[in-house]
Amino acid sequence: MSAAAKSVWLHGGVITLLFALQFVLPAYHHGNLARIMVLAVYAMGYNMLFGYTGLLSLGHALFFAAGMYGLGLTIAFLDFAPSPALLSGIISALIVSAVVGFLALRTTGVAFMIVTLMFAQAGFLTILLFGEYTRGDEGFVIQQPERVLAGIDLTTPGNRYFAALILFSVCLIITARVVQTPFGKVLIAIRENEDRARMLGYDVLRHKLIAVIISGTMSGAAGAAYALLFGYVGASFAAVQYSIFPLLWVLLGGAGTTIGPLVGTIFMFYLIDLSSGLTSAYMLIAGVTLVLLTLFARQGLVGELRKRALPWLP
Amino acid sequence: MAALNLLTTKGLSRNFGGLWAVHNVDFELPEGQVRALIGPNGAGKSTFVGLLCGRIPASSGSVQFDGRDVTALPAHKRIALGMAYTFQITSIFAKLSLWENVALAVRRKHHGDANAVEGGVKAALSRVGLADRADQLAGDLSYGHQRLLEIAMGLGQQPRLLILDEPTQGLAESEVDDFKKLVRNLAGETTVLLIEHNMDVVMDTADMITVLNFGEVLAEETPETIRDNSAVQAAYLGTG
Repeated sequence: MSAAAKSVWLHGGVITLLFALQFVLPAYHHGNLARIMVLAVYAMGYNMLFGYTGLLSLGHALFFAAGMYGLGLTIAFLDFAPSPALLSGIISALIVSAVVGFLALRTTGVAFMIVTLMFAQAGFLTILLFGEYTRGDEGFVIQQPERVLAGIDLTTPGNRYFAALILFSVCLIITARVVQTPFGKVLIAIRENEDRARMLGYDVLRHKLIAVIISGTMSGAAGAAYALLFGYVGASFAAVQYSIFPLLWVLLGGAGTTIGPLVGTIFMFYLIDLSSGLTSAYMLIAGVTLVLLTLFARQGLVGELRKRALPWLP
Repeated sequence: MAALNLLTTKGLSRNFGGLWAVHNVDFELPEGQVRALIGPNGAGKSTFVGLLCGRIPASSGSVQFDGRDVTALPAHKRIALGMAYTFQITSIFAKLSLWENVALAVRRKHHGDANAVEGGVKAALSRVGLADRADQLAGDLSYGHQRLLEIAMGLGQQPRLLILDEPTQGLAESEVDDFKKLVRNLAGETTVLLIEHNMDVVMDTADMITVLNFGEVLAEETPETIRDNSAVQAAYLGTG
């Protein structure tokens, strides 16, 4: 079977499995999985830049928040309907990531991490500064009537799950497709050996900028969807933790694999969920597990699977 | 009729903290020629080709490629115009397969045409004798084979000017012989600029030899006459 055919089967299989799960899962896990799928979109966006292009950003919360506030503020103050508001969220993230990418890509390595972190902190503080509109840390709720997208009420669990699945599927297919194209192969080449890629005649800076924009826009789509599906917009989503989360999810699941972000997000979500049921010191259990995984599964779960058993995994 | 010059430099110089690594070099490379660039260690050979392909910005002077001033162009644009550069210190994509390494070199020209890419990769790998290893990871190859892969990545770009920075370093003797044949085969279709320490390779492959010493052109002669050049002997052997 060709690489492209395997890719279709793998991703089709994952989407089918997620579709089927909604009919068998108990309500609690059904709700969790809807949330996980949206967060996995965020992780997939992060993975495009970190896993495939080799650029470590510590400021992706800015893009997530750009999507979230791009949707939330237009609903709250401009009375946008959900669909144009969703579009506004995605476009906000696109613009913010283009500007941040243009400026931050003048640096490399550690400096790039610091610059992206600083941009995200500036964004977070800006949200607090305009607390009159954003309600700052407290945030604001998007009411049920404002969450009916094209006649579909996204506050019911079934519709919410389905909307999350559609967004997830679109982003998974985009990722799987991009990494198979010549453009995606150049991103991987830049990750592996930037100087070589340049001396093969590729415009490294342009490729990186496009990667930042794809990554940031996908992260913003996740932010906008999160606000729309779960009805809340708050500054905590722009804080530094939300820049670290996608890094952890991607590292755990497997950087540079298409399904790693989903696996990592599920793993981390249930690690905290299950350990908090056992003890109040659940962060200790989560922490030790993360340390062990980092020591013994350096490539993340899917990355190790690829290394040991399935070298064809995209 | 004199062949057209594919590459010309005028007064090309590069200063590193007060030291002229390359100083005032006027250089002409006619289309189709195999030119060897030799000189003692530290003569400025690698810096010179770095200036040609844009890895190192020039302090002064100009580079013309294919009738066009490329002095201000960044490296990737010069490569896109038809230069190819192979690194002195092997620089490949270690975690990717040989096929993908060469495909990255081929693809830039044949964007989207899968058949042309497939054909180009096969041709380039066959030429250096690595076709049967296409699926291996580049990082698993021996050093000598990695050097050959590097050359295949140069060939895969179908360049008008192929710059090879010490390509035979680390090759076994039989591989060096194959390399010589390869370069002779390229003569006529591609212009080659070859930095080389192995005088055997230089004498057997080059149409013309340029000798650099202390960043300046010391001599420019055919392989037949250069042996008798006393200035070259002095630079290499320290006599006189």
